[in-house]
Amino acid sequence: MSADVRYTPYHPRWYRRRVSVWWWLESRSYTGFVLRELTSVFVAFFAVLLLWQIRALGHGPEAYARVLARLRSPLFVTLNALALAFVLFHSITWFNLAPKAMVVRLKGKRVPDLLVAGANYAAWVVLSAAVAAILLRG
Amino acid sequence: MARPITPLLWLLFSAGGTVAALLFPVHLFLNGLAFPLGWLPAPRYESLRSLVGHPLTRLYLLVLVSLPLFHWAHRFRYTLYDGLQLKHLTVLIAVLCYGAAVVGSLLAAYTLWNMSS
Repeated sequence: MSADVRYTPYHPRWYRRRVSVWWWLESRSYTGFVLRELTSVFVAFFAVLLLWQIRALGHGPEAYARVLARLRSPLFVTLNALALAFVLFHSITWFNLAPKAMVVRLKGKRVPDLLVAGANYAAWVVLSAAVAAILLRG
Repeated sequence: MARPITPLLWLLFSAGGTVAALLFPVHLFLNGLAFPLGWLPAPRYESLRSLVGHPLTRLYLLVLVSLPLFHWAHRFRYTLYDGLQLKHLTVLIAVLCYGAAVVGSLLAAYTLWNMSS
């Protein structure tokens, strides 16, 4: 509460606290919320990077090798490492929220949150292993 | 924004979020870091090219690129509203976000369509 709220005679101003653009640094849960929202930027970044790789793959071996060389530059290594951290944060928060967003019922009983989240984590492990197995084969 | 489209946008947001949550970490680690930097043996060009020649792989890649773009569009839109307090630019932001996702998806579809082996 600031002390310098001014009133004009007979026209009391509505007291509206001005919210700073940095409001989300005030508490840990606010910061977590904004960081979670920001994961979408890195999700888009990687979707574009994937598309770039796919297009290079279509343009031939030289184009593909050039993209791999670009990805070795410090800029891209830094960006990708940062993106990986944010994408992992997205995965974990997404799976933990899944039971709250989607209530699963079995024989009229609500499936425990832990089980729903656990199923998500299990699918994550299986799919990651499958993708890695396919890509590491050749 | 027109009301009837809201559930569809939310569906795209949650489908894209699930695809990104399940598949982006492994692809980002392998395709973004481990293969370019040589931490793991990268697949050779020819084998990747023939893998992408398969229709199922191309469908997979289309889903992998396009749905997360819509996830971004939806979430980033609200990040701009809440984080930067840009409520007065609602329509412009929505058009730019979803428009970018549509353009990216069309480009992905066009690219993959032309990559049959």
